[in-house]
Amino acid sequence: MNQASDRKWFWIGSALVLVALLVLPFLLKNYRVFQLNLVMVYAVAVLGLNILTGFNGQFSLGHGAFYAFGAYTAAILMDKFGVPYWATLPVAFVVCFVFGTLIGFPALRLAGHFLALATFALAVAVPQLLKYKGIEAWTGGVQGIVLSKPQPPFEFRLFDQALSPDRWLYFFTLFVTLVMFLLAWNLLRGRVGRALVAIRDHPIAATAMGINLPVFKTLTFGTSAGFTGLAGALGGIAVAYVSPDSFTANLSIFLLVGVVVGGLASIPGAIFGGLFIQFVPNIADEISKSAPAAIYGVLLIGLMYLMPGGVMGGVHRLWARLRARTEG
Amino acid sequence: MPKLLEVNKLCASYGATQVLYDVDFDLEAGHITAILGANGAGKTTTLRALCQVVKTSGSIMFDGEQLVGKSTEAVVRMAVAHVPDGRGTFTGLSVEENLRLGAYSRGNKAEMAEDMERMFKRFPILKQRRHQQAGTLSGGEQQMLAISRALMLRPKLLLLDEPSFGLAPLIVAEIFRIMRSINQEDGVSMLLVEQNASLALDLADHAYLLETGRVALHGPSEVIKNDESVRRAYLGY
Amino acid sequence: MEGFLHQIFSGLANGVIYGSVALALVMIYQSTHHINFAQGEMATFSTFVAWTLMQHGMPYWGAFFLTLALSFVGALVIQRVVLRPLEKAPALNNVIVFIGLLLIFNACSGWFFDHTIKSFDSPFNDSWMFDTKYFSAHQFGSVFVLLLVLLALYLFFRFTSVGLAMRGAAQNPDSARLVGIRVSWMLALGWGLAAAIGAVAGMMIAPIVFLDPNMMLGILLYGFAAALLGGIDNPWGAVLGGFIVGVLENVLGAYVIGTELKLTVALVLIVVTLTLKPNGLFGKHVVTRV
Repeated sequence: MNQASDRKWFWIGSALVLVALLVLPFLLKNYRVFQLNLVMVYAVAVLGLNILTGFNGQFSLGHGAFYAFGAYTAAILMDKFGVPYWATLPVAFVVCFVFGTLIGFPALRLAGHFLALATFALAVAVPQLLKYKGIEAWTGGVQGIVLSKPQPPFEFRLFDQALSPDRWLYFFTLFVTLVMFLLAWNLLRGRVGRALVAIRDHPIAATAMGINLPVFKTLTFGTSAGFTGLAGALGGIAVAYVSPDSFTANLSIFLLVGVVVGGLASIPGAIFGGLFIQFVPNIADEISKSAPAAIYGVLLIGLMYLMPGGVMGGVHRLWARLRARTEG
Repeated sequence: MPKLLEVNKLCASYGATQVLYDVDFDLEAGHITAILGANGAGKTTTLRALCQVVKTSGSIMFDGEQLVGKSTEAVVRMAVAHVPDGRGTFTGLSVEENLRLGAYSRGNKAEMAEDMERMFKRFPILKQRRHQQAGTLSGGEQQMLAISRALMLRPKLLLLDEPSFGLAPLIVAEIFRIMRSINQEDGVSMLLVEQNASLALDLADHAYLLETGRVALHGPSEVIKNDESVRRAYLGY
Repeated sequence: MEGFLHQIFSGLANGVIYGSVALALVMIYQSTHHINFAQGEMATFSTFVAWTLMQHGMPYWGAFFLTLALSFVGALVIQRVVLRPLEKAPALNNVIVFIGLLLIFNACSGWFFDHTIKSFDSPFNDSWMFDTKYFSAHQFGSVFVLLLVLLALYLFFRFTSVGLAMRGAAQNPDSARLVGIRVSWMLALGWGLAAAIGAVAGMMIAPIVFLDPNMMLGILLYGFAAALLGGIDNPWGAVLGGFIVGVLENVLGAYVIGTELKLTVALVLIVVTLTLKPNGLFGKHVVTRV
C-alpha cells in the first residue's frame, strides 16, 4: 500500500513542479529569468564535474577551461559560421569530450592533490591562452566575441508578460538541462556508474575485476568535460558574450565548490550547486561591501562543518532521521 | 600479587555498531595470554580497545591505572606497545627511522642507541637493511621490524595482532620462537591475538576464546589444547 | 649572448622566489600530506604584518623575527581551531576549506591594509660589496637567507626526533599514535613552520614586486610547479626546482613562447613533469606493497 501511494505522490509532486517551472518565467522580471538560466547552466556544469570528481574520484580544479572552450566553440560557430545556436551545443559537447579525453591521459598518472594542482594550472592558463594574439582572428582577443540573444520563434503572452529572448532561452535551457540530467542519471545508475564508483573507492580491486581503468578514467574525463563544455556553450548563448576574463580560475574554483556544496556523487545536488554559484557571491557582496570574498570563504568553511556531505548529504541525513522517528 | 592487566565488562563499538559485549579477562605480569576466535569475533577490536583507538566503556586496569578515557598517546606512554595487524610499519621511512620512532616517547637517546643494538643482534637481517626503506622489506622482515619497533618502547605489555598473518610457516616458527625468548629473557608480558590457534596455544600460558564479541570460554592453554571437544567446536582442529 | 645570460641570471633570481614558496609548500606537505592552497595568501598577510610593524618604527630584523613568531603561532591556532575538526573528513572537503582560507586571507589583506601598492624595504643594502651587474644585493641576500632556512629544515627533519615524528605522523597517523606521537600537534606544528617559511618568502619577495594583496597569486603557481618538479617531499628539490622554473620561464618566454603565455609555461611544466616523472626530478619513489 505504501509503495503504490508513494509512487502516486511522486508523480503528482513532479507534475506540480513541472507546471510551476513552466509558468515561473512569466511571474518574474527578465533579469531574474536570466539569472535562473545561469543557475541551470551552472547546474549542468557542476553535474559534469561531479561525474568526474564525485563519482570517479578524480579531482579537477580546471573545469572552467572546458566551460570556456565550450563557450568559445559556440561563439565562434555562431559568429563566424552563422550556425544556429541550438546546433552549437552538440558540437561543443564533442569538442570538449575530445579535449577532456586527451587531458585524461596525463591525468592517469596523477592523483588527489597533484591532479587538483595540474588542473588548476590549466584553469589559470586559460585566460592567457584565450588572449593570445596568434589566434585573435578567431577568438576576438581581449575583447572577446559579442553575440546576439536568440529571438523566440513565435509570439506568446502569459500573465501579461511577453515571451522575451530571456524567457525563450529559459525554456530552451530547461529542456537541455532536463535532457542532460536524464542522460547522466541513465549513464550512472547502471554498470557504468558502479564501475566509476569502484574505480574511485578501490582502484586495485576494480582492475582485478576486469574493469579497464585507463579507458574508463579517460572516457570519464571526456564525458565530464563534454557536459561542462555544453554548459559553457549554453552559458555563452545566455549571456550573449564571451571574453577571456569571463573564464578566470575563479570559475573553476566555483564549479568545484558547487560540487561539494551540492553533494559529491549526487545528481540532484548539482542544482543546489548551480544555485550556490549564481546567488551566494551576491549575498556575500550584500553582507560586506569591503570584503565579500572573506564572507564567501567563511560560508565555505562553515558549510564544510555543518554539511560535510553537501546539501544532499544533509537532506539524506534529515530524511533518515525522520524515517527513524516514524518507524521507531 | 595483583594482576598486570584486569579488564572488566569491556564494551567497544565502531560508530553505532557494537562489537564487544562485557568482555572480562586478565593477565599476570610475565605471562602470555592468547585471544582466539574466528574472523569477526572481536579479537582485533579488543587490542584496539586497550589502546583506546575505538570507543570503549567498562574498565581496563593496567598497572594500577584506569585506561578507559585516556588518549592513545597516554596509554602508549604507560609502556603498552601495540603491533597492529598489517604490521603498521612506516613504509616511507628507513628501518632505522622506524626503530627510532618506536623509542620516541621515551626521549632517552642513550637508551635508544642501546636498544637499537639489541634489536640488531636479535634480528640481524634488520641490521643489514637498516638504511633501506621499510616498504621494500618482505613480509617476514616487516613483522620483525614491527616487533622490534614495539620493543624499542621497553614495554611492560606487548600487544600482538595476528603476527603469523600472511607469512610462510618457517618464518612464523622463527618469529614465535623469538617471541618466547622475549618473554622469558626480558620478562615482557604479552597479549596475543591469533587465528592460528595451535601456534598460539603452544606459546601462551592462558587463552580466551571470543565468539561474536563475547568470551565463550577461557582457561590454561594446556587444558584447552588437550580438550578435544573444545578444539573441534571452537578451534577447528 | 649577453641577452641570453641576462635571461638566465634574472631567471635564477626569480627562481629564489619560487624556490622559497616551494619550500613552504613542501614543508606543509611533508607534515600533513595536504597541499595548502592558501599558502600564498597567508604569506602575503604576514608580509603586511611585517610592513605595519616597520611603519610603527620597529627595526627591520626585529619586525622580521616577530612576524615569523606571529605567523607560526597564528597558523598553529588556525590548524587547531579550523582544520582539526576536519582531520577525518575526505580530502576534497579539506581542499574547500583551504580555498576558503585563501579567500579570507586575500580579502583581509585588502581590508586591513588597503589595496594601494606599498614598497617594502630590503635589509640588504645596495652598498654591499655583493651588488653586481647581474645580481642585486637583495637577490644575493635572499639566496643566502633561503639556503639558511633550507639547512635548518634539513637538519630538523633528518636529525631531530620531532622532525622524524612529524614525518611519521604525516605518512601513517595510526601507527604514529601507537608509538606515542601526538599526531594532532604534529600537524599544527607543520602548519606553523610552513607559515613561518611563507612569511620569509613573502618578505624576500616584496621588495622586488612591491606589496599588495595579490602579490602571491601568480607566484604561487610557479611555486607549485617548482615543488612538483623537485619532488613534493624534497626540500632541496623544491629550491632547485625553483631555479629551474625561474630560468625556464624567462628563457622560454623570451625565445620560444612569448611573454604573454608565461603562465602556460607553468602549466606545461607541471603536466609534463607529472606525466614523465610523477615523483618529480628528485622525489623519492615510495614503494607500497599491495
